[in-house]
Amino acid sequence: MIKINDLHRNWKEFRLTGIDLEIADGEYFVILGPTGAGKTLLLELIAGFHQPDGGKISIGGKNVTGFPPEKRNIGFVYQDYSLFPHMNAEKNIEFGMRMRGLMSRGGSKVKAKSKSKIEEVAGYLNIGHLLHRHSQTLSGGEQQRVALARALVIEPDVLLLDEPLSALDPGTQAMTRKILKGIHNDSKLTVIHVTHDQTEARILADRIAVMMDGRIVQIGTPDEVFDRPIDVRVAHFVGVENVLKGEVTASSNGISMIDIGGKMLEAISECPVGDTVYACLRPENVTLSKTDINSSARNSFEGRLLEMDRMGALVRVKVDLDGGFLLNAFVTKPSAEELGLAFGEPLVVSFKASAVHVV
Amino acid sequence: MGIAMLKLQRLKNIRGIDPLMLLFYILSLSLLLFVFVTLANMIVGQVLTDFAGLVETAASKPVIKSIFLSLYAGFIATMISFLLGVPTAYILARKNFVGKRFVESMLDVPVVVPHTVAGIALLTVFGANGLLGAPLEPYIQFRDAMPGIIVAMLFVSAPYLTNSAREGFKSVDPKLENAARSLGAPLWKAFAFVTLPLASRHLLIGSIMCWARAISEFGAVVMIAYYPMIGPTLIYDRFLSQGLSASRPIAVLLILVTLTIFIAMRILSAGWRVYDKDQ
Repeated sequence: MIKINDLHRNWKEFRLTGIDLEIADGEYFVILGPTGAGKTLLLELIAGFHQPDGGKISIGGKNVTGFPPEKRNIGFVYQDYSLFPHMNAEKNIEFGMRMRGLMSRGGSKVKAKSKSKIEEVAGYLNIGHLLHRHSQTLSGGEQQRVALARALVIEPDVLLLDEPLSALDPGTQAMTRKILKGIHNDSKLTVIHVTHDQTEARILADRIAVMMDGRIVQIGTPDEVFDRPIDVRVAHFVGVENVLKGEVTASSNGISMIDIGGKMLEAISECPVGDTVYACLRPENVTLSKTDINSSARNSFEGRLLEMDRMGALVRVKVDLDGGFLLNAFVTKPSAEELGLAFGEPLVVSFKASAVHVV
Repeated sequence: MGIAMLKLQRLKNIRGIDPLMLLFYILSLSLLLFVFVTLANMIVGQVLTDFAGLVETAASKPVIKSIFLSLYAGFIATMISFLLGVPTAYILARKNFVGKRFVESMLDVPVVVPHTVAGIALLTVFGANGLLGAPLEPYIQFRDAMPGIIVAMLFVSAPYLTNSAREGFKSVDPKLENAARSLGAPLWKAFAFVTLPLASRHLLIGSIMCWARAISEFGAVVMIAYYPMIGPTLIYDRFLSQGLSASRPIAVLLILVTLTIFIAMRILSAGWRVYDKDQ
């Protein structure tokens, strides 16, 4: 278990304030936050590259706060891989074992064991054929796998990943994501992964900590964080494209009526009447139709198509609800064609009361 | 002017050369020729008009001794610069502290101080009555002795090594050191196995520059140690007592020896490019 208590650190333009985290053994923990939130600084504090101004870090029940990085038994992978440019892939991977004297001292048995460990990990990451290549001649994805191998062969207590996919092209990103997931599933290694990418966080994380301005603002499972963000800022950051300001006009049996620009929204919430609230609705939870379809959706409004953006797999549609507010919705390309979406066309939007999260 | 511009314009059209670049080529060629002609004239002139004199000089004991002393004292000064300059450079490349700019300027001062001034300053510290010279008198003498030559060379040449090493360390991403630390390397191992090899080219070039500067020093050395004579002192001495024709062969010899060494080192180090940050 990794335990972080009340961690503080000011460094350059970054300021970490009162960080408290508990990460269980074998957990894949993602720290998600915008650029400049201090995520990397936090990771580097856990690694021991920096010393905190205050607070405590313990790994596996041992207080390592004052320890130098080489005594923490961590694996660390940077966004830009940070392979040693004067060594080939194999020498890079061996480095940790050489530092532990496992490649020279202790007889040939130890060395053979180290070698076979390297081969095993290289085989697992499918880089066995690259071992003799110079590190600078490898592609981004290959370099990242070498960097992972280098961190994994020392059998760390925790693997720290600093934006490990951000420098890769989308295809390689997807592949490396799979590799990370595979490593975690197979080894049950504790992973702390820092990123600004929601997709990455959603796919990989057991739990997510959202970090903003040097503070942890929300911790939860991906569903909790993405569907029930704690406040408006987190909602915006995790891709809730509809954040609507309104007033609670009625509330009973766990259902609230919220007045948003004259339209009444039904939401699962227990806010007191008269409160000013924000209704959060993810665009993928909005259904579009030509006519009012009879469904279990409690909220149904008529409107007109205002904007349409093709985003690859999905089409983002902005609907102007007559006399009310604007709503973003995602539809798939085939259903966009089926609906015959065009500017100014009348549409019906509907969504469940349970899809609305109120903050 | 108008015609000249027109001609330039035509040249541009013909050769695809921008007039500004043409001007720059001409100016840089002038600089190159200035250096080359000055040195080549001396060397070629000596070889053509008085080759026998050059051979005779090369066989003369005081000349060999003085040139060897220049190289040897310069080498020791470079070693000391390396020992003191490399840690200094690493601190300057990695740490930020109050007064860092002051420290950096201070280390650069020897480059801008007139060499005779440096000599005077060194005398006030290392002379027989100097700040350090006086208490050290029973153990080590600087005035007119080898240690004096070395401190004078050290003073003027150390900045070249320190600055080059600092640039070298700066070019090594601290993340590489972090990665090494995370893999179990204490700082000294990260420094020895990652930082130092990656900065080695800068260190080598800095050392060559430092040595070259030490060998070429005259002003500061002559103030503190006229004897034993280093190459430049001997040339000056012969020039004053016997004139140009007596001093020129020594000058030619000194430059031939040093040029040979530096060209050899450059060739040897040319293939030695283990790491470039922007590669």
